[in-house]
Amino acid sequence: MGAVRVQAEDFDAAAESRALIAGRRDVGALASFVGLCRDEGGRLATLELEHYPGMAEAEIARAIAEAEARWPLHGITVVHRFGKLKPGDQIVYVGVAAAHRGEAFAAAEMLMDFLKTRAPFWKRATRVDGAVEGWVEAKAGDDAQAARWDKA
Amino acid sequence: MKAVYFAWVRERIGKNEEDIAPPAEVATVGDLVAWLAGRGENYAYAFDKPQVIRVAIDRAHVAREARIAGAKEIAFFPPMTGG
Repeated sequence: MGAVRVQAEDFDAAAESRALIAGRRDVGALASFVGLCRDEGGRLATLELEHYPGMAEAEIARAIAEAEARWPLHGITVVHRFGKLKPGDQIVYVGVAAAHRGEAFAAAEMLMDFLKTRAPFWKRATRVDGAVEGWVEAKAGDDAQAARWDKA
Repeated sequence: MKAVYFAWVRERIGKNEEDIAPPAEVATVGDLVAWLAGRGENYAYAFDKPQVIRVAIDRAHVAREARIAGAKEIAFFPPMTGG
């Protein structure tokens, strides 16, 4: 049911959201999330996203299947970009349509937590002074966030 | 089987991918990580904190105890930082 796209191109979040509810009368809640590239207090010039083609899509699809097994949902779309991004650029879109807001919010949050810890993407930062800051380190807090869904 | 590397694992080893033929006693993912780490300085550097490295067999995450028999593609990479 869910749609997954991994692409270098930018996306139109509003269009993705509209597509999730087009022609439907049973959707009472649409939760959408957009992750953006931030400038880290003016230090960051670019963010390069590497990914594992094939597995990235498969892992996002698995996360979607888990969300669908957990809540009654009417539609999910996930778009994740790769390649070179700059501050202000969109990185990821998660949209969830459901009858009620509780499951829409919860599913969107779970999808983001799973994306952070399980989807094979890696960020490398370049600073404004031209220095390569290197690979962004995973946050221990991200694992804790994702682990919340194991107990629920 | 094909080994593929991503992010700083790829950079430290200096290869995107390669065909590997580990000996028969290399049975699990944990064994394979230890075997790879012994293949040279670049591999030792890539796997210097072996517990940090994540592994996927045929594009699905696996634990260290997973058996590698029958695997077509095994990927090694750092903790993920997408989203």
